[in-house]
Amino acid sequence: MTPQGTTASGEVAVKLNEYVSRGPWVEGFLRLLRHKTALVGLIIVGILLFTALLAPLLAPYDPITQDLPNRLQAPSSEHLFGTDAHGRDILSRIIHGTRISIQIGIIAVGISLIFGTFLGAVSGYYGGKLDLVVMRAIDIVMAFPYILLAIAITAMLGPGLTNAMIAIGLVGIPIYARVIRGVVLSVKEMEYIDAAKVSGCSNFRIIFRHVLPNCMAPLVVQATLGVGTAILDAAGLGFLGLGAQPPHPEWGIMLNQGKEVMSIAPWVIMFPGAAILLVVLGFNLLGDGLRDALDPRLKDS
Amino acid sequence: MLSYIIKRILMIIPVIIGVSILSFLLIHLVPGDPARMMLGERATPKQLVELRETLGLNDPLYVQYGRFVEKAVQGDLGSSVRSKMPVFEEMGNKLPATLELTLFALTIAVLLGGLAGVVSAVKPYSIFDNLSMGLALFGVSIPVFWLGLMLIWIFGVHLHMLPPSGRLTVGVELQTITNLYILDSLLTGNWKAFKDALSHIIMPAVALSTIPMAMIARVTRSSMLEVLGQDYIRTAWAKGLPGRLVIFRHAFKNAFLPVLTVIGLQFGYLLGGAVMTEEIFSWPGVGRWLFVAISARDFPIVQGGILMVALLFVTINLIVDILYTYVDPRIRLD
Repeated sequence: MTPQGTTASGEVAVKLNEYVSRGPWVEGFLRLLRHKTALVGLIIVGILLFTALLAPLLAPYDPITQDLPNRLQAPSSEHLFGTDAHGRDILSRIIHGTRISIQIGIIAVGISLIFGTFLGAVSGYYGGKLDLVVMRAIDIVMAFPYILLAIAITAMLGPGLTNAMIAIGLVGIPIYARVIRGVVLSVKEMEYIDAAKVSGCSNFRIIFRHVLPNCMAPLVVQATLGVGTAILDAAGLGFLGLGAQPPHPEWGIMLNQGKEVMSIAPWVIMFPGAAILLVVLGFNLLGDGLRDALDPRLKDS
Repeated sequence: MLSYIIKRILMIIPVIIGVSILSFLLIHLVPGDPARMMLGERATPKQLVELRETLGLNDPLYVQYGRFVEKAVQGDLGSSVRSKMPVFEEMGNKLPATLELTLFALTIAVLLGGLAGVVSAVKPYSIFDNLSMGLALFGVSIPVFWLGLMLIWIFGVHLHMLPPSGRLTVGVELQTITNLYILDSLLTGNWKAFKDALSHIIMPAVALSTIPMAMIARVTRSSMLEVLGQDYIRTAWAKGLPGRLVIFRHAFKNAFLPVLTVIGLQFGYLLGGAVMTEEIFSWPGVGRWLFVAISARDFPIVQGGILMVALLFVTINLIVDILYTYVDPRIRLD
């Protein structure tokens, strides 16, 4: 078959079966671009990545150096978002804060993803008693309010950005494990898995080479939504004084410090909060869009 | 029916055991000596020895856990290190405030979220649908602590319309019966206290309702869409039944189950998880109590309080599960 023929029939084929070998990811990406709200999400996330990458070049001022004579300046052409109680430029702090957000997104979601995928895959694939034990353990963790558990773990380990990321990652594991287990349960019944078994593949190889690659779509969706949640939670921990510590330009900390002066300088809390909202919204839009684009079966779920 | 309920209760026993182990182990996440963490750097060796002795920290972990469970089943979760009050009693004092806030927030969430979900499903892809689903997306993305601060700034600081913190203005008399202030003021016919309590609860309840409202709206919409596409609904329309009857009597009743799940989960979750909202509005509830205890390393409260919050959650889920079988008898067969 010519490559041209593949593209021509591609769209119909993909609709019939998401997992045809002929580039469901490319098709998914194209569908994502046609999805208006997802495109907005993609743009927001793109801007976030771009800002984080070029933060030192984009930020007009240093995010940490204090400039007390210029404290609590209202937004102006010099300081677009105003200055905080230490005279630091809020826009610059928000710009540098994007780096922390990305870091949280990658590390916290990374922890949930790695452990959750492993637990979910093993538990779904082997089934039986192992599955029962893992699922009960997940029920147990999920019996605790998510944010309370994250707060408790962070506080016990000691406040700080690293521990906050670990805590958020840990409490997120059950969600990923459940998602993956569900998909693995359906994938493992497929004929090609039997074929792999017959051809003598080890269980390990079957899980990692044959089962998991077919779980990627829901995993990508979950992880995208998860980055938004992780950023939101880390900002919450920062706000409570448990996450990143001053003088880090983390958005939650900025809100925490800003609440003291918000009655006279509302811009101090307005912009960092709006930044959190925008970024979380971006990941949620993108995640919803990816769900529609990569796996229409999950639509509206 | 009874056998289903018994089976369901038996199923939560391992979860309860696990929950107790996890709550017990939480304080042992602390690097180093918990006693030193509680007393600080200036503690004398004698104080440390004494505290270790009273808390039984010298015994092996499994002995400590055994004692924790043994006392817990007798209703003794230890006493706060700071106030010396029993954990159980302190929790009892904090729960009504949280319950009141949760009920208020969930009522807002169910009414507005449910309505938005139903209307969106009846007219999918209309302007209203797009608008309310857009708002729902905002609802799950907005940081509650920021929303809380903005509400305080607008309605508390700027417009002086609503009090920014607490449950009741100092000096307002209220005879308490249930400790749910709004209910109490109504029961005693105390109009002044009712207005005061109501003005205090509005902002925290609105802030707290955003996430459940958004979730309820989305779940109601998708569940309704599914039901509205079914044959019996077409039959109902074809019979010429009025729209209101078809939508609420025929469709919503069957679409309600997933919504009930969300409401149940959120109810259990908010009873212990409203930390941010309670903290911002100085609402004297369970979430704030636990947060303060965690920050102060008041370990008996951390262990006992978190255990009780988790048990409440498990119990509420159990009740919701049993409620299901009334709402939808098909479930019992499973």
